[in-house]
Amino acid sequence: MKMELIVLAIIVVFIGAFAYVSSTGQHEWGGADDQPENVINDLTHGSYSPWFNSIWEPPSPEIESLLFALQAAFGAIIIGYFLGYYRAMAKMKAAESTKEQEGKSNAEPSR
Amino acid sequence: MPLQWCLFWYAVSLPVVAYGVYKMNNLIKERPDTFPLLAVSGAFIFVLSSLKMPSVTGSCSHPTGTGMGAILFGPSITSVLSIIVLTFQALFLAHGGITTLGANTFSMGIAGPIVGYLIFKGAMKGGTNMYIAVFLAALLADWGTYIVTSFQLALAFPATSGGILASFEAFLLVFAITQVPLAILEGAVTMLMFKYFVQLRSDALVKLNVASPEVISKLKEASV
Repeated sequence: MKMELIVLAIIVVFIGAFAYVSSTGQHEWGGADDQPENVINDLTHGSYSPWFNSIWEPPSPEIESLLFALQAAFGAIIIGYFLGYYRAMAKMKAAESTKEQEGKSNAEPSR
Repeated sequence: MPLQWCLFWYAVSLPVVAYGVYKMNNLIKERPDTFPLLAVSGAFIFVLSSLKMPSVTGSCSHPTGTGMGAILFGPSITSVLSIIVLTFQALFLAHGGITTLGANTFSMGIAGPIVGYLIFKGAMKGGTNMYIAVFLAALLADWGTYIVTSFQLALAFPATSGGILASFEAFLLVFAITQVPLAILEGAVTMLMFKYFVQLRSDALVKLNVASPEVISKLKEASV
């Protein structure tokens, strides 16, 4: 349990810092992935424009967030499925080995 | 990204990915029981790279999640997992895009995992606690990814005054600061995943040469 608590503490500190920063001062919470576009503009004085547009763009931010949520959900299902599968398997193995040991100790006195 | 750089990064990344596919096929053939771990590593990248989290600096970014795959399977197989995730994002989310796919694969799928892999192996050799080694590897894989990204952008867009170095600093400022807290979070979460691996599939960790049996039994006794 110790490690879960450590990770939880890190997350709490992170959320605390977020709450503190967002309550003090103005922030856009924009994506850092998009910020380089501004830097590119600054550096090249606006002479660069993307020469290739995306084949398909999500029609709205809602649909984009839907796709991101789907992506996360599928990932989470796979992780949860296999961890659960391993957990059950480890339990079955443990149960089997204790049974075997019991069987041996029961068998010994009759010999 | 200008055409010549776009092609250049594709040319650099594709051979590594091809090698990764070859290695992945071998792995599945020889050790089919590790396939679920491979799926989990891929899914982990899927989840983490879809989480755009607000960082304490006032902007949002997302972790990469490649540290886990790199530690378990090495950088080349991780590059295959990354290119799958990145292609999905490029096609459906207009996130990154097709032209930058090669460059993104290099930074997130190859450079970051190589950093993580080396850090992990080095730390393990030095006798560091495995969980701490995992934490550092995931953290630096994330960081390395963004440092390389900044460098790639700087190469493609050198500043008119100051050249590549000035650009590199400007891009690094955007990414690195946002990424520091997120990298720490990613390291912590990856570390927790490895605790479960040790509990549940320690045999696979030994088989994949991630840790020696002695290390595993020590960790189990400590039961953190």
